[in-house]
Amino acid sequence: MTDNKNQPITDAMAENITKVEELAYELLINQVMTRDISTVSPADMMEFVADLFREKRISGAPVLRDGTLVGILSIEDLIRCLRAVDLSSPVEKYMSARLITVNEFDPVIEALKTFVHNRVGRLPVLDGDKKLVGIITKGDITRGLLKKLTNEFQHEEIRVYRASHLFEDINSTRTSLVLRYNIKPRDFIHGGTASSYIKRALMRLGASPQIARRCGIAIYEAEMNLIIHSRNGGVIRVEIEPHQITMETIDDGPGIQDVDLAMKPGYSTATEQVREMGFGAGMGLANMSRCVDQLKIDSSTERGTRLKMKIYLKEQESFGDIRGNHTEGTP
Amino acid sequence: MKTQELIEIIDGTLLTEECDFSREIKGGCGADLMSDVLASIQPNAILLTGLCNPQVIRTAQMADVAAIVFVRGKQPPLETISIANDECIPLISSPYGTFELCGRLYAAGLPSLENPVVDGNCDCDE
Repeated sequence: MTDNKNQPITDAMAENITKVEELAYELLINQVMTRDISTVSPADMMEFVADLFREKRISGAPVLRDGTLVGILSIEDLIRCLRAVDLSSPVEKYMSARLITVNEFDPVIEALKTFVHNRVGRLPVLDGDKKLVGIITKGDITRGLLKKLTNEFQHEEIRVYRASHLFEDINSTRTSLVLRYNIKPRDFIHGGTASSYIKRALMRLGASPQIARRCGIAIYEAEMNLIIHSRNGGVIRVEIEPHQITMETIDDGPGIQDVDLAMKPGYSTATEQVREMGFGAGMGLANMSRCVDQLKIDSSTERGTRLKMKIYLKEQESFGDIRGNHTEGTP
Repeated sequence: MKTQELIEIIDGTLLTEECDFSREIKGGCGADLMSDVLASIQPNAILLTGLCNPQVIRTAQMADVAAIVFVRGKQPPLETISIANDECIPLISSPYGTFELCGRLYAAGLPSLENPVVDGNCDCDE
């Protein structure tokens, strides 16, 4: 076995640390140990120990003399005694006086290491004043880790549940969630990042894969248009309501000369560089309009372009309860 | 078809970290125009392409692509690989060209997941 206790942990090693290992560093020994323990004294007869182990269904006990830990007696010690037919001898004769202990405020990983290096089944746990406060076994550690994992899993489930029920939990005449992204012109490296966030947010809110896909494709084409064509970049604004999703892009130029022509599949004003990247085939607007229920373009060479797309959600696709949630105009 | 089986059929090399290989690949699509991919592809397809820029990964993410194969041994830049790792989309490089790859995969039972251009219906809605 190699001892790497003093080596710093590299990033590569850290990546391989599992959740369970992480928890073994977080959990303290006193959070998982058994506190209510049976103890024996050095002068007790082994016969008493045999009865105690059977009654309490335990396989070991610490030995205390006037409240101080002096040894530990395990079931193996009891077996040795039974084979020698020596049940009338005192505990002192068979106990192990070699004391390997752990501190109650140490993380569980310390107990695990001690178990690996010493072939023992249980460890007495001491407090700061070296007084016995409990016993820890591998079983205690497994139970403690499982309990902690279950708790964390439940917390995560609640978080996911809350996100997907956001609209049901909030009462208002009209509730909406607005996401905004600033898009830089010609930023091809980050092109699609905003769309990626939008698609993920929709999934998180509980959108169906089909709705998330339609929104994702439409807004991605629109985002690429801002990157490819806009003079100074633009803004993506997505408004999510229980019954509909509205996606808009706004830029300040150069504007579309002829919107009807631009809508025609195959028509493109993109440069050769953009075409080499797999875009500018004149399919963008056509793709968008096929994915959304409504598409409006307001463009002029003076003001720039404003694109507005809407997807209406059917009752079973809606975020929360459609009926009580979009009574537009009522106070 | 699973990713591992596909890699063997096309003599592919995996360029990304090991991730979720349990995802079922339902068919294939080959295109270099990302708008064509967005317009025609159905979910859970393998995408055969000669384009290597980060937009390929974003396109794949939007279109629910299961894995990407770069044809003719093309090596994508690091940005592309890093985004693919983040999004857990396997990237595979194969020495063969698009025609050969389509043939091998078709022969192995992988159908086309490209919608043909026939009507104006929304085919991104599956």
